Amino acid sequence: MAGFPTILRRELRLALRRKGDVLNVLVFFVVVASLFPLGVGAEPNQLRAMAAGVTWIAALLAAVLSLPRLFAADHADGTLEQMMVSPQPLAVVVLAKIAAHWLLTGLPLALAAPLIGLQYDLPIDALGVLLASLLIGTPVLSLLGAAGAALTLGVRGGGALLGLLVLPLFVPVLVFGAGAVTSSLIGINPSPHLSLLGAFLAVSSLIGPWAACAALRVALD
Amino acid sequence: MTSDLYRFAAPQAFFPVAGKLIPWFATLAGLLAAAGLYVAFFVAPTDATQGEAYRIIFIHVPAAWMSMFLYVVMACWAGVGLALNTRLSGMMASAIAPTGALFTFIALWSGALWGRPTWGTYWVWDARLTSELVLLFLYFGFIALKGAIPDPVRSDRAGAILALVGVVNVPIIYFSVQWWNTLHQGSSINLTRAPSMAATMLLGMLLMALAAWMYSIATTLARLRAIILERERDAEWVRLQRSAA
Repeated sequence: MAGFPTILRRELRLALRRKGDVLNVLVFFVVVASLFPLGVGAEPNQLRAMAAGVTWIAALLAAVLSLPRLFAADHADGTLEQMMVSPQPLAVVVLAKIAAHWLLTGLPLALAAPLIGLQYDLPIDALGVLLASLLIGTPVLSLLGAAGAALTLGVRGGGALLGLLVLPLFVPVLVFGAGAVTSSLIGINPSPHLSLLGAFLAVSSLIGPWAACAALRVALD
Repeated sequence: MTSDLYRFAAPQAFFPVAGKLIPWFATLAGLLAAAGLYVAFFVAPTDATQGEAYRIIFIHVPAAWMSMFLYVVMACWAGVGLALNTRLSGMMASAIAPTGALFTFIALWSGALWGRPTWGTYWVWDARLTSELVLLFLYFGFIALKGAIPDPVRSDRAGAILALVGVVNVPIIYFSVQWWNTLHQGSSINLTRAPSMAATMLLGMLLMALAAWMYSIATTLARLRAIILERERDAEWVRLQRSAA
């Protein structure tokens, strides 16, 4: 595990040298979420009802948009191959990259989400649930998304294909994440949803890195 | 005995066997479908509440069963291919995918046609319909990923990883959608009401399910032969076969 902090620091430093890339995903998230009222009308009750779903779908799309960057640059300049032949287990490399991806996209999205919730007139306690659901749920997007990014590495038409591969797998995150907020809105305790979201996070942290490692080995065979 | 069977893991050895098996399975599929349709249309009684419209169940339910079953079978072959590095397993998974996607589509389409007269709408966001739709997307993803990678070995392995991740997720997706459904939708349409089914209805459904199964095996083997020929086109035995034909 010694390599984990090193790779994590490297990923973060590289990303922060080009802040635009990180900010673009966040701005995309806010723009998508802000377009919905223009499309469906600004009736407050309707907005409150769809707030969680819109925020979560915007987060899924933003995640899919950011995922190709996870391995592409390191693959293009050969760094990824060097990482694979290094004595460091590949899983450590992948986990560090996933952690960096979450810190750079998932965490900012989660922190920006209450702002969108305000736009949609969510009450304060629902805002808290929305934040909690995104904090628990966005790591799943990075974990399962890493597998998708590794599978589509160097494949033509990778971006749209990546969406086709990972979005169906994100269905449980969307259901439990948005479900937590919706149930808190109608006065039901949201913690079962959040617990299930946590359970899905546990499952994803097992299969996501495994699949990403296997897929990287296939891609760089 | 088992070591004899392993011989057929070689595409070259399996190719003629598949050719011999296809007519048998195709004939079985035809006979079972004929018997099943006869029972479905002439023997099974008219449903007390749904009238004649319910008869689409004889297509709908077998298609839905096969769509889920084939995904599991596909993932099994993909896993075997990944673990044992057998070329034929990956080809098998590729050959199953289009049939699985076809049955998923038939299940959705017949469900829509059935829903119109019984629920008054082509589509409801019912848990089973929705998870069937997600299953269709999973099949599309598998087929698209395999199609996007030109190298057969890489394509098989990448597809196998995706199929395995998918098969772990399918039950989770199913239960999440089911729960979502109970939260968002009242019980205006109760799909779980199961009136005691007449024995002849069950018989017709089972016959049609067996027919669908046999059909799947026949088409998968036929597609497998085409894939083998395509991938081994430069092999000596394929050239000999071509010059003989």
